[in-house]
Amino acid sequence: MIEISKVTKAYGEAVVVNDVSLSLPARGITSIIGPNGAGKSTLLSMVSRLMPMDRGRVMVDGLDVATTPGDVLARRLSILRQDNSVSSRLTVRDLVTFGRYPYSKGRPTVEDRGHVEQAIAYLGLEKLADRFLDELSGGQRQRAFVAMVLCQDTDYVLLDEPLNNLDMKHAVTMMKLLRRAVDELGKTVVLVLHDINFASCYSDHIVAMKDGKVVHQGAPDVLVRPDVLKDIYDLDIAVEEVGGRRIGIYYF
Amino acid sequence: MARSRAIPVLVLLGLLAVASMVAFMTVGARGRWDFILPFRGAKLAAMLLVAYSIAVSTVLFQTITNNRILTPSIMGFDALYMLIQTVVVFFFGAAQFAIAGPNIMFLAEVVVMVTFSGLLYRWLLSGEMRSLHLLMLVGIVFGVFFRSLSGLMQRMIDPNEFVTLQDRFFASFNTIHTELLLLAFAAVLAVTAVGWRLLHTFDVLALGRENAINLGVAHKRAITIILVLVTILVSVSTALVGPVTFFGLLVANLAYQVTGTSKHTVVLPAAILLAVICLVAGQMVLERIFAFNTALSVIIEFLGGITFIVLLLRRSVR
Amino acid sequence: MKGLVAAALLLAVLALTSVFVGVGDVSFGTLFGQEASGQAQQLLLVSRIPRTLAIVLAGMSMAVAGMIMQMLTRNRFVEPSTAGTAESASLGILAVTLLAPELPVFVKMLVASVFALAGTALFLRILRAVPLRSILIVPLIGIMLGGVISAITTFIAYRFDLLQSLNAWMTGDFSGVLRGRYELLWLSFALTVVAYTAAHRFTVAGMGEDFTTNLGLNYKAVLRLGLVIVSLVTAAVVVTVGMIPFLGLIVPNVVSMVMGDNMRRSLPWVALLGAALVLACDIAGRLIRYPYEIPIGTTMGVVGSALFLYLLLRKRRQLG
Repeated sequence: MIEISKVTKAYGEAVVVNDVSLSLPARGITSIIGPNGAGKSTLLSMVSRLMPMDRGRVMVDGLDVATTPGDVLARRLSILRQDNSVSSRLTVRDLVTFGRYPYSKGRPTVEDRGHVEQAIAYLGLEKLADRFLDELSGGQRQRAFVAMVLCQDTDYVLLDEPLNNLDMKHAVTMMKLLRRAVDELGKTVVLVLHDINFASCYSDHIVAMKDGKVVHQGAPDVLVRPDVLKDIYDLDIAVEEVGGRRIGIYYF
Repeated sequence: MARSRAIPVLVLLGLLAVASMVAFMTVGARGRWDFILPFRGAKLAAMLLVAYSIAVSTVLFQTITNNRILTPSIMGFDALYMLIQTVVVFFFGAAQFAIAGPNIMFLAEVVVMVTFSGLLYRWLLSGEMRSLHLLMLVGIVFGVFFRSLSGLMQRMIDPNEFVTLQDRFFASFNTIHTELLLLAFAAVLAVTAVGWRLLHTFDVLALGRENAINLGVAHKRAITIILVLVTILVSVSTALVGPVTFFGLLVANLAYQVTGTSKHTVVLPAAILLAVICLVAGQMVLERIFAFNTALSVIIEFLGGITFIVLLLRRSVR
Repeated sequence: MKGLVAAALLLAVLALTSVFVGVGDVSFGTLFGQEASGQAQQLLLVSRIPRTLAIVLAGMSMAVAGMIMQMLTRNRFVEPSTAGTAESASLGILAVTLLAPELPVFVKMLVASVFALAGTALFLRILRAVPLRSILIVPLIGIMLGGVISAITTFIAYRFDLLQSLNAWMTGDFSGVLRGRYELLWLSFALTVVAYTAAHRFTVAGMGEDFTTNLGLNYKAVLRLGLVIVSLVTAAVVVTVGMIPFLGLIVPNVVSMVMGDNMRRSLPWVALLGAALVLACDIAGRLIRYPYEIPIGTTMGVVGSALFLYLLLRKRRQLG
């Protein structure tokens, strides 16, 4: 369980995350949605200790992220940001192997190599495993990074807009894969998503942020409603039920 | 794939390095060996230390800044060291310089250097400056500023004392300050010992700050330690031969090219060997065959400047 | 207009100070008073006045040359010492000194300006290979190109034992200016006047090739005129007093911060402030370590790079 209490972050005058308290249940997919500038990515960065917070505390399974040693936390929680540019010339397999660094400190064992191949297969990257990252398309690179994070084999996986750069097919595959990781391996996945319909179809829990605050949260059928969405996005969004899922329509 | 190429490349570079060292010690030697060996030996030892320092400091600096075009000397590190030397002479006078002995002075300078560069570059590299080009330009102009300031202070020093400083300001592989050899060697050894224990983090740090933190590296601490190591290495090489702006850029990028990998266990030795080959063989050819004396540093500057422009253009095309 | 008069007055005060600062005893007393000596008048006419004039002329024309370059490359951080121009000029002087040392200074200067022109053209050529014109990559390339050119120059100078003279062209120094040895700078002043009359064209060219063509001006012709002026001015200054780094960069930037980029309006300011800055630096250089002199290249190096850093870091938010 991730417990966020009274977390605040400001840049000068601009308060980006304003006194947010939130607890995210273990096991399951939690999606954070909201308009641009709502503070979603900032919150995720603070939970994953990429960014120090001005005030407040975040506990992951009882470990305070601000004080727990980095390598202990790295076996518990992993984070992937959206813009990943790496200057090193690495193959996909090299990159995925880094996911084992918290365990082996750069000397991968036979067992580690097993994890690596498994993660590569999970993302369907077998054919690309020996290609260099700078030879891949944006979507393929994104999948390689997700494979690295999965290979890290942490209970908590935090992803900041993982569907960026992915075409429709790969976006669906990615969400299905995360769902499978939750159902089969018992992981806890926290996502920042822009597409409310992906959030609606795949999440167990949705958190909506606006202007640095959490404005709504709950199960998809509670959140994906015209009145609630209007409040979050300030936009008229019709909600239809398709195959038992609630789909928001906002294109016209 | 990369691994299979790495070993033959390293072996080949190793052989070339040994060959150039042997050639340096023997070619054109006339007269008594018991005179030639210690004389050339000291010079060779100094060149090895310089090659090692520049190669390691450049590769590590590029690792922590996540790019392959910035180097400590482009960012003005060695200009800062020269400025500190000038300030020391300015305030204590050349006489003091002679009394304390070069070793004590060197130690004092390194301490001041580590403090100052720690403050300045921690600030510059804190990530607030998002644009790499801005960072580079600021570094270069800082270099110019440090150089001009030491130029100004040299002029303000008594013209007689000025002479003792002046010869330190031009890179020369011919007039190496061999009196510092032992201490420089000790410094390099200490740096290597600390660096060795961090070796496994280098590859992870090269993935960038966020990925490194995700993988459990204490990023801020690691960066600080490496920056200190880099600073000491720059001080060593600058104290021995003076500033050589582009040498690091050349050997580091050559090393990435010939090894085709980013693994530090391969890149670091390759860069060191390449630096040794370029320096020792280059100096031998120029000195013994063409009888040029200070030309090596000028040639390095010429090639390095062109490399830099090419790298800049290629980066911006991508 | 009032401001300009004030700036001109400041310049006049600095110029007067410059005339009376120095080792030799020159004061109103020694010139016109009881103990008036021919020696002081001699010193004034042969050394002090020529020196002051040289400073004013060089300062004005280098600052304006920098401004023209910034207009033509549409980049705030370009000037003769960040575009390979000044370094090419020194290579030219070195070449002519080696091959035909007996030629008069004027011809040497012409050769130097041909080199400067070629170097700047090369710079512009390289810039065309930069697809996305990041503002800061331009001076980076220019500085490095300058470094490469001066490496060639140093190598040649070293081979032919001319490092000493090379140093003289690389660092600006007014201490050697005497009557009969600075008059070339009047040429650069004349070119500055030409630049003023063509100011509107440069302003238009600064808005881009398409814009210029749209207004019916020949962009290539304006570009060529600008480059020729810049090259001649740089060559003349480098030949007579040596390089004055960053002057053409900081003065136009400061002026543009205050009053924008209409060149007709800002050029007189750039010229006046350029001259005033060089005068101030030169006077300081003469006083700091009296009776020794610190050359202008050194003092301007400190002041110029500090101000350049300020400009870079001040704009951090906008650039980053």
